[in-house]
Amino acid sequence: MTSSFPPAMIFILGALLIPLLKGKIKSLFILLLPLVTFYIIINLPHGNSGTFDVGGFTVILNRVDKLSLLFGYIFAIVTFIGSLYAFHVKEDVQHISALIYAGGALGVTFAGDVFSLYIFWEIMTVASTFLILARKTKKSSAAAYRYVLVHIVGGLCLLAGILLYVHERGTIEFAFIGLKGLSAWLIFIGIAINAAVPPMHAWLQDAYPEATVTGIIFLSALTTKSAIYLMARTFPGAELLIYVGAAMTAFPIFFAMIENDQRRVLCYSMINQIGFMLVGIGIGTDLSLNGTVAHAFTDILFKALLFMSVGAVIHRTGKSKCTELGGLYKTMPITTAFCIIGAASISAFPLFSGFVSKSMIVSAVGHHKLVIVWLILQFASAGVLHHAGIKIPFFTFFGHDSGLRPKEAPWNMLVAMGIAAFGCIFIGCFPGVLYNLLPWAVDYVPYTPAHIVGQLQLLMFAILAFTLLTLSGLYPPDIRTINLDTDWFYRKGARVFYKVTDWGFNNFNTVADRIFIGGITRRVNIFAQAGIANAINIGITPVLVVSGFNKESRDSIRKVIKRALSYSIYPVGLITIPVVIYLCLMFLL
Amino acid sequence: MKELKIFDNPRNVKILLIVFFSCLAILLVTDIFIDKHGDFPWEDKFAFFCAYGFISCVVLVFVAVGLRWLVKREEDYYDE
Repeated sequence: MTSSFPPAMIFILGALLIPLLKGKIKSLFILLLPLVTFYIIINLPHGNSGTFDVGGFTVILNRVDKLSLLFGYIFAIVTFIGSLYAFHVKEDVQHISALIYAGGALGVTFAGDVFSLYIFWEIMTVASTFLILARKTKKSSAAAYRYVLVHIVGGLCLLAGILLYVHERGTIEFAFIGLKGLSAWLIFIGIAINAAVPPMHAWLQDAYPEATVTGIIFLSALTTKSAIYLMARTFPGAELLIYVGAAMTAFPIFFAMIENDQRRVLCYSMINQIGFMLVGIGIGTDLSLNGTVAHAFTDILFKALLFMSVGAVIHRTGKSKCTELGGLYKTMPITTAFCIIGAASISAFPLFSGFVSKSMIVSAVGHHKLVIVWLILQFASAGVLHHAGIKIPFFTFFGHDSGLRPKEAPWNMLVAMGIAAFGCIFIGCFPGVLYNLLPWAVDYVPYTPAHIVGQLQLLMFAILAFTLLTLSGLYPPDIRTINLDTDWFYRKGARVFYKVTDWGFNNFNTVADRIFIGGITRRVNIFAQAGIANAINIGITPVLVVSGFNKESRDSIRKVIKRALSYSIYPVGLITIPVVIYLCLMFLL
Repeated sequence: MKELKIFDNPRNVKILLIVFFSCLAILLVTDIFIDKHGDFPWEDKFAFFCAYGFISCVVLVFVAVGLRWLVKREEDYYDE
């Protein structure tokens, strides 16, 4: 194995070997794959490698620079964490699809050309769908179906953009594309759908909460973050992203506030965090792009940690709704502690990872004097604390006592959560380690007295608002409902479309039946049956009259002729008569 | 199974609240001594972030209540 072996292929080829292995060897093999991949990524030579020619174009499987490397590292790390978390899972299909999915994400990350990018992109779509299907419920099947349809639309946009791109530029290599021209817009929309940019965001909160407990760890880390990587690579400085991103930081927090399902709350939180990253890409400076990349890195860890802690609760209790949970700290204290670490990290408390990454983006917005955007981001920072920082741990592990007394999470889940929790604290305490890996050289100091105090004030007084509203009974209780989002348009819209087409086509069918089957065809049929008999009878009448047959005899002969023709029995003599008449007419005319 | 019951005791909840409010007081006092150079002039005002964090969350809660009224549906809404 050379050092330029494509890391994606280790996951994909390794996944295909899983069905051949058994027992502990299989479990260890699954854990070993991300470690080997991580080792290979570390040893990848910088620049382009893994290249080969296809039809006059050069495919580049390894485009290695600091940007792709950082995403490569975190994708390998989270695959290890996710595989450990899923160590107890017996179904091969979950492990295989998770690893192929992670392989797709690595393929997208290191692809230096649009062809291999597209192939890995679609591998991700297909493999990730199986992680939703694997829940094997009616809801998950329906959600997976909607998920794959949305992503097929996104994939087709990307493909159309890629084809136009290659046609326009004559090369399949890509780097900065810039938001100009139809090809760029199509590629942009294709990526934006995976990044859950509104109004194309609803697939995320629709499908992810229906995935398996372990599958969602991979889902939360790979699809949206690989889209962020591509955005940072291809559209840095696209001003539109500043405003789209700012909107994304704000609107999900309202939905998250009123959502009952904890995993769906976290999905809204994902959109909120992606919003921060897109703002950083939109500004497009070294500081803001570094902030985006750093935040993607830290977000993968703390979001995985939060999904893992909520997943451990589902694993033990089968429940994920606020209305059904509460008081679980009593028997799941370690999971509770890990969840609080994840909550503190996403809320960007000092000494936790979110603080050192998100503040780079907010500072970049401040340096650019984007007043409204800055105010929205600060508002969103307080909002994140509310739904992800307080709501997730409080209503699951504290709050009202649900009476549930589940066992602590299994050892493999605890170790996986422990690794992610360690990462969150380590990065928060020693940000220099992460900063040294960032793509652009930036001298940023997160721990200044003013920044620490300002952030703590924002967060602690947000908690004060929660505390006072809760103690006064003004805080809205969680209720057993669902909330509409833009997926309504295709979930209900599809039914309206079905009903309209059903009504339209069925009525069209009825009218067509009346005109063609009941009308024209029936008349042709009557003519075919009775027309010839009538013609013969009319033609034969003069012959019968001349021959001296009386009226009764003539009528009986006519009846015989008519009956014979109704059974399609055509005696030669009878057929001859109309033929002769026809020939006579032709001769006369 | 051994159970933790630390928050079943109202005294412990009270201690937690006292610690929390003390932290708030310390943060307010610290604000006076901090040398601020924010990107915007209002960042340097006394307790700006305290007020912004508090008001943000109150606004968030009440707007969310309004939003719930608008988008709330039965759990089997899509199953019909």
